[in-house]
Amino acid sequence: MNAIPAPLLMMEHVTVDFDGFKAVNDVSLTLFPGSLRILIGPNGAGKSTICDTIIGRVRATSGRITFKDEVITTLAEQEIVRRGICRKFQTPGVLPTLTVMQNLLVAGRKNRAWWRALTTFTPADEMASAEEILAKIGLSDRRDIIAADLAHGEKQWLEIGMVVATDADLLLLDEPTAGMGPQDTQRTADLILSLLGRHAVLVIDHDMSFVEALNGYTTVLHQGQVLKEGTVAEVRADAQVAAVYLGRAKE
Amino acid sequence: MKLSAKHYAGAAVLLFGALAPLLINAYELSLLGRFLALSILAMGIMLIWGEGGILSLGQGVFFGLGGYALAMHLKLEGLNLANGDMPDFMTWSGVASLPAFWYPFANPWFSLACVVLVPGIVAAAFSWLVFRRRIGGVYFALITQALALAFSTLLISQQAYTGGFNGLTDYSTFDGYDITSDFAAEIIYWITFAFVTAAYFFLRWLLATRWGIMLRATRDGENRVRFLGHNPLPYKVGAFTIAGILAGIGGALFTLHAGVVSPALVGVVPSIEMVVWVALGGRNVLWGVIAGTLLVNFAKDQISSALPSLWLYGLGALFILAVSFLPAGIAGLFKPGSPEERAVRRILSRRRLETAE
Repeated sequence: MNAIPAPLLMMEHVTVDFDGFKAVNDVSLTLFPGSLRILIGPNGAGKSTICDTIIGRVRATSGRITFKDEVITTLAEQEIVRRGICRKFQTPGVLPTLTVMQNLLVAGRKNRAWWRALTTFTPADEMASAEEILAKIGLSDRRDIIAADLAHGEKQWLEIGMVVATDADLLLLDEPTAGMGPQDTQRTADLILSLLGRHAVLVIDHDMSFVEALNGYTTVLHQGQVLKEGTVAEVRADAQVAAVYLGRAKE
Repeated sequence: MKLSAKHYAGAAVLLFGALAPLLINAYELSLLGRFLALSILAMGIMLIWGEGGILSLGQGVFFGLGGYALAMHLKLEGLNLANGDMPDFMTWSGVASLPAFWYPFANPWFSLACVVLVPGIVAAAFSWLVFRRRIGGVYFALITQALALAFSTLLISQQAYTGGFNGLTDYSTFDGYDITSDFAAEIIYWITFAFVTAAYFFLRWLLATRWGIMLRATRDGENRVRFLGHNPLPYKVGAFTIAGILAGIGGALFTLHAGVVSPALVGVVPSIEMVVWVALGGRNVLWGVIAGTLLVNFAKDQISSALPSLWLYGLGALFILAVSFLPAGIAGLFKPGSPEERAVRRILSRRRLETAE
């Protein structure tokens, strides 16, 4: 027996075909528990589609996805979430008329059955873990304001907090720094790094300074295919990757 | 607990409501009772539309199901069914014998159970079928409107079984008790008032629970909720079912007050009117919804008796006014920090500045 841990998520030869357009083309990806993976690539490279496919919003045309040794390729969305995968969307998906705390409590409900919600009482452990996440995302002083009144960066953090609150083993973060300044970007990177170990995190972004701050194992996508895999430094030094990015810059 | 002005105002309204039969005349009481019955339905619209974000233009259907369920019993009161007696309109339509589905309604308890169960089951089944297919928004509103149209058309076309265009009217007793006397009117008023109060406190509790928060969460971002691992379906179907039951109870009480239930009360136009009451009152605030219902209906009573042709224009104008200037309704004027309240304060302070200059 070897010492390599069992993979948490395995995508094997996944292809997503939108009426002849292959948004994702034969992509394989393996993630281990508690690890970080960064997915970069130009617009339209298929990054978000990969996320959509993992959480069941888009169905793979071929290939299969295994999570904790169970094939999840055809499970319903909420079933996939209940197995332990949660996703942050590209545009902040907070619940605008709920308070910051309520947002976290909705995300952190341990028993998701509707009849268990027919009470005004919130279990102490759910309350405590929501408070803890609130402190972690730095919004403790914003606890009781409605999410619509948060600044843009704060909404992004709240949604990361919500994803964390589900206590999923795998977090998919789709452009968590979209629309953020350099300072907030650094804070977001620190926040994500603090989640590793307990959660495996798959981050999608195309902001290179953010990717460098995270400094994790990186997969470069181009036109739906894996172009290169390696550390951030390796990826940066790669001529082909540079061509894809520079080629876009020339346009 | 410290008592605020809000508590005193609430207590005063409750006291007036409970003592109304002693304070106002019989005609006014009959109107108040009728409109309070409608406000039970309106609170249901507040639940699905204001809190759930689901616009239904077919609440008249559930109102009608409740109203007809009770009226069918009232029509059978005092008839000797064993003798082959039938309600008057059936005799006029040349029906040979009482249709089978009418028989159980001879039992008052069966009829009362149907007031709650029929609208509840229809609302649950309908909304489950539609929401399960993830149909929402405008499409849902259109489907409910079609439902209202189909329901009123069906009632009119089946004259022999439903009383057709005239509906069911002309009844005088319930379970042997006279329901036409002034005393009976007061009792019916108190029953109505009790239901309004009960519905109010039930919904207040429901909206304070985690269930209520989940319903609002589903309104805010159904997909977000789904991708947090929750199934939004039970919250939407639950809210729609409760709204259907409240509409049915309102319909039955209205029928008792008005002495009639007819297709004119359940079709497309009345169903839209119901939404207007709620929009004008404030679709997120329970007391606002009751106030809106009473206000619009008293106005309707006044205007349509003076200038009958004017009412529909008035209603249209009110709706446009509410949508463009009062998105949170009358209740929004009283909510500290709401855009409406801020706008009013801005206008007032500007005027004060102008007069100061």
